[in-house]
Amino acid sequence: MTMPIKITPPLTDADAAKLKAGDKVLITGVLYTARDAAHKRLFELIEKGEKLPFDVKGQLIYYVGPTPPKPGQVIGSAGPTTSGRMDAYTPRLLELGLKGTIGKGQRSAEVVEAMRKHKAVYLAAVGGAAALIAKTIKKAEIVAYEDLGPEAIRRLEVVDFPAIVVNDIYGNDLCKMGVEKYKRDG
Amino acid sequence: MRKISTSEITFKVKELCIRAACELGSDVAFALKEMRGKEESPLGKEILDQIIENAQIALKEDAPMCQDTGIAVFFVEVGRDAAIDGSLDDAINEGVRQGYNEGYLRKSVCHPLTRKNTSDNTPAIIHTKIVDGDKVKITIAPKGAGSENMSRLAMLKPSQGLQGIKDFVINTVKEAGGNPCPPIIVGIGIGGNFEKSAILAKETLLRNVGSANPDKDLNALEKDLLDKINNLGIGPMGFGGRTTALAVHIKTAPCHIASLPVAVNIQCHAARHKEMII
Repeated sequence: MTMPIKITPPLTDADAAKLKAGDKVLITGVLYTARDAAHKRLFELIEKGEKLPFDVKGQLIYYVGPTPPKPGQVIGSAGPTTSGRMDAYTPRLLELGLKGTIGKGQRSAEVVEAMRKHKAVYLAAVGGAAALIAKTIKKAEIVAYEDLGPEAIRRLEVVDFPAIVVNDIYGNDLCKMGVEKYKRDG
Repeated sequence: MRKISTSEITFKVKELCIRAACELGSDVAFALKEMRGKEESPLGKEILDQIIENAQIALKEDAPMCQDTGIAVFFVEVGRDAAIDGSLDDAINEGVRQGYNEGYLRKSVCHPLTRKNTSDNTPAIIHTKIVDGDKVKITIAPKGAGSENMSRLAMLKPSQGLQGIKDFVINTVKEAGGNPCPPIIVGIGIGGNFEKSAILAKETLLRNVGSANPDKDLNALEKDLLDKINNLGIGPMGFGGRTTALAVHIKTAPCHIASLPVAVNIQCHAARHKEMII
């Protein structure tokens, strides 16, 4: 296996261009969290032409709803949720300069096309590896929508957060490539 | 009649909620390690290693193995000679409330339309059966939505028969792809009616991974479907590989002469269930 590529958001077009489907990455720096309910609110702000609670330009959004931290913990368990549920919202965010999303599972054709157009990537973290992933999160603070509980938007500071490039800016898709390689007849 | 207090039920349910979230069953842990040995994809191997390590961390640190600590599903068997001194459902829901709060588990239950979170993970989904004896057996199977969302139910025509069942199962797993966090366990309910097939599919997920189906024909069908599913090449997390499913479990019930209901309940690798007898 190849060595992981280290990345630190915000990412530029050139940073995104270096990532290919199948690459392993280690992210150090800031990630913003948002899932279903937060996306709905962000989308409503965009529709009204209002300012978002954080500038998405160059940033990565991590689709996660963590468990509550125990006393002394930064965050509870924090693995990725299914990305496909955010497909309806993602192209608009990419248009505004979001450089990538992190979740699990496959994305729609519209999102894959939008990623190609706006030079953004989709990364996956290992679904269900929530206790392991939480160890890479060093700081967590709520940025917006505290009333949403686990669905609030958080700003995370991570060190060597492990992820895999699923969709790159060239239209490659690790899910399709992988299945093609390993499927058997019968 | 043997008296059973609701406060004891609540206390036990609280413990079950926390233990289920943090302790992966040894059957699943064993199956993951076995499949890790057989996996051909280098990336698939690494993913399985992470999943195995995660389960060990969760156990050691009393941490939820997955942040989606699920909607709390219960299968309760109440002995006809057990006298519970109050509402069973209330006692279970209070246990869920306490378990999800005190165990720092995620509250993932909301109103279906307003989407407002109930903030204590209640109400639980409770299936109750009256059985012989004077004991109460409580099984919790918290279910995350990643895999639950990929589950499907079909009312097939009887003419579609076994082939129709196989095609539906394989297509369901194929369409799910990486979304339900493979390696998965596939629970299949065949027969009954609309809701019965779904409950059968969920019940059969409680069976230990690696155990044989007591029915010889169903056991053969399970093996056949497992081979076909693993030949799809979906692999760990959907990035290609041999390990798409750890097991296929089937339960059947007689159905109407005009019907062939089939339910496929997909379970992620965080296959959590714990039971307790009072």
